[in-house]
Amino acid sequence: MSKGDARDAVGDYKAGWNDPENSSIRFDFGLSEEVVREISKLKNEPNWMTEKRVKAFRHFEERPMPTWGNTPMLEEIDFDKICYYLRSSDSTKKDWGDVPEDIRNTFDRLGIPEAEQKWLSGVTAQYESEAVYHSIREDLEQQGVIFLDMDSGLREFPEIVKKWFCSVVPHTDNKFAALNTAVWSGGSFIYVPKGVKVEMPVQAYFRINAKNMGQFERTLIIADEGSSIHYVEGCTAPTYSANSLHSAVVELIALPGSHIRYSTIQNWSANVYNLVTKRGIAHENAKIEWVDGNIGSKLTMKYPAVILKGEGSHAEVISVAYSGKGQHQDAGAKIHHLASNTTSKILSKSISKNGGRGSYRGMVTVSPKAENCKLNVVCDALILDKNSQSDTYPTMEVSNPTARCEHEASVSKVGDEQLFYLMSRGHSEEESLAMIVNGFFEPFTRELPMEYAVELNQLMALEMEGSIG
Amino acid sequence: MGSKGLYACYKIDMSDDRELLKISNLKASIDGKEILKGIDLEIGSGEIHAIMGRNGSGKTTTANVIMGHPDFEVTEGGVLLDGEDLLEMEAWERARSGVFLSFQYPQAIPGLQVGNFLRKSVASIRGEDSAKGPGFRELLKESMESMNIPRSFLSRYVNDGFSGGEKKRFEILQLMLLKPKLAVLDETDSGLDIDGIRDVAIGLNSAIRGTNAGALIITHYSRILEHINPDFVHVLMDGRIVSTGGPELANKLEESGYEWLEGSGPDE
Repeated sequence: MSKGDARDAVGDYKAGWNDPENSSIRFDFGLSEEVVREISKLKNEPNWMTEKRVKAFRHFEERPMPTWGNTPMLEEIDFDKICYYLRSSDSTKKDWGDVPEDIRNTFDRLGIPEAEQKWLSGVTAQYESEAVYHSIREDLEQQGVIFLDMDSGLREFPEIVKKWFCSVVPHTDNKFAALNTAVWSGGSFIYVPKGVKVEMPVQAYFRINAKNMGQFERTLIIADEGSSIHYVEGCTAPTYSANSLHSAVVELIALPGSHIRYSTIQNWSANVYNLVTKRGIAHENAKIEWVDGNIGSKLTMKYPAVILKGEGSHAEVISVAYSGKGQHQDAGAKIHHLASNTTSKILSKSISKNGGRGSYRGMVTVSPKAENCKLNVVCDALILDKNSQSDTYPTMEVSNPTARCEHEASVSKVGDEQLFYLMSRGHSEEESLAMIVNGFFEPFTRELPMEYAVELNQLMALEMEGSIG
Repeated sequence: MGSKGLYACYKIDMSDDRELLKISNLKASIDGKEILKGIDLEIGSGEIHAIMGRNGSGKTTTANVIMGHPDFEVTEGGVLLDGEDLLEMEAWERARSGVFLSFQYPQAIPGLQVGNFLRKSVASIRGEDSAKGPGFRELLKESMESMNIPRSFLSRYVNDGFSGGEKKRFEILQLMLLKPKLAVLDETDSGLDIDGIRDVAIGLNSAIRGTNAGALIITHYSRILEHINPDFVHVLMDGRIVSTGGPELANKLEESGYEWLEGSGPDE
């Protein structure tokens, strides 16, 4: 595979272009224990991390592929054709002006400079495997908030990382979590001290730029007692002809009385496998919210999870999924009520179009000792044509009779009369469809920072172009 | 009813009968069934016409065919607006050319906020500049006040959970903002109470009277016509206009029903 292949035709994907790979170090394709050790060595990691990586690698090798979900698509992944580590600039830059020009051009086209407005607390943009740009507003630093890329986090705060790394998602959790633990690179590390409330959303962008480049970022967020933070992550990726694998792990620890909101829009190009493990632990009276949008990718399997460990804790998972031609979004949520008086809410919305498939897969459990829990699950699907598919796999395991459970599910189609109504107000058929689709997503969109909401609406309008037969 | 005279002053000089809408020998069917069997109708600038008729006579079909509903097939005849051939256009192009339809059953669009929808619709029909700035805000404020629609309406979702009356007021609010050349009201009065009918009439009169626009009101009842005082009333029966007169025709229909018109179609 030559580098030239990576500059393939752009295709019809909105953000479908890529810069020449400007990488100082690049591994050959494929994975072995040597590669894992080499990654760790290049990063000058402490011994415990090297050993953790190796242990995870061995588990990855032994662990079979999942036997549920879209197994035919999963079987198509060729782990020998994926590059596991790639460093694209020599060190992490903190000042925008120091970021290499071709990389800045990439971000310009993604609109990131506009994104960096006053209301943003800090920006971490992940370019290939490592963060190349990272800034924290002074007021955040003054409050004692740590916001680093994960590699720097490990270097500068090894004790905190050691304490929490793999504490929420152990390397044995699933095959892809094992892979991530073995080869992780980049991601964010955030620690919010006791009582500190970060008012503005903290933001990071990720994208894949190298053909066959796996992206294995690792994010760890710890909100100490009574603190709060809103973390925002958005992804776009260029279109490539070969499959790419994105397999991240995100761990959230919400200590007593704290609040973490984690918002994502993933907009991978239609050849990316997006197999992500996201999980948080909420202690007493803490609150964890996942706001999760899955727009692109070939196959997404992602079920943001919350373990309600402490009494009075609360979980929310609000997600949307959009599946177009050849795409399968298998997404949902998992919530485990382990303590009394815990509450949870799941809202899942999916749109499938042009032969796409959207699946809701959810699990909510209430343990026998957890009294007076409340759980609410709503999943709505909108199907835009008769070739597309939506399915629902809800599971509720309630082992305590005091729990109050609500579950609603709906599947709808865009009505001809709805389209005619909007068209009679001067909107073309495509615009009308986009208005209906964006309306359907609105309960999700309104949870996003304004900029992301606008971006998502524009994206869906683009997706509706050419969709009218 | 005393309010009748209130609007008489809006009535414009009938000598200005510049032709706005010209429907000639319009025949249309749905699923192969002919509903409109040759309609002829001309509406001049500033005129308000009413079409009355029983259920199934083709009233709503007439409205849908003028607006361009894709389910109806026009098999013969023509519809010209200001000399432009509407039948060549998609529904949204007709809207941009100045046709407005107040729906009998306005559709709910969950998640689409009223304020956003109004701005977008004004922008696509009257241009971006008409949908922003103090001019738009002022028009919006005034129109909402005259329709007795509270500010909070703007953040609701289009027709989602609206009462019957709210839906109809919202249709007329759109009429006032979109300023069409031709407004077609499909049973906007049905299901409305007295106050609602009065508000609709005020909205319609202010949008049409004294302008170059025209309106076609489709209704079962003469009550709304007492507030609007149409220039012409047409009776539709089995896909044809069988009688045309002034406002007095509406009163006669109210009193005597449609039986006396049976068999009075032009072919019989």
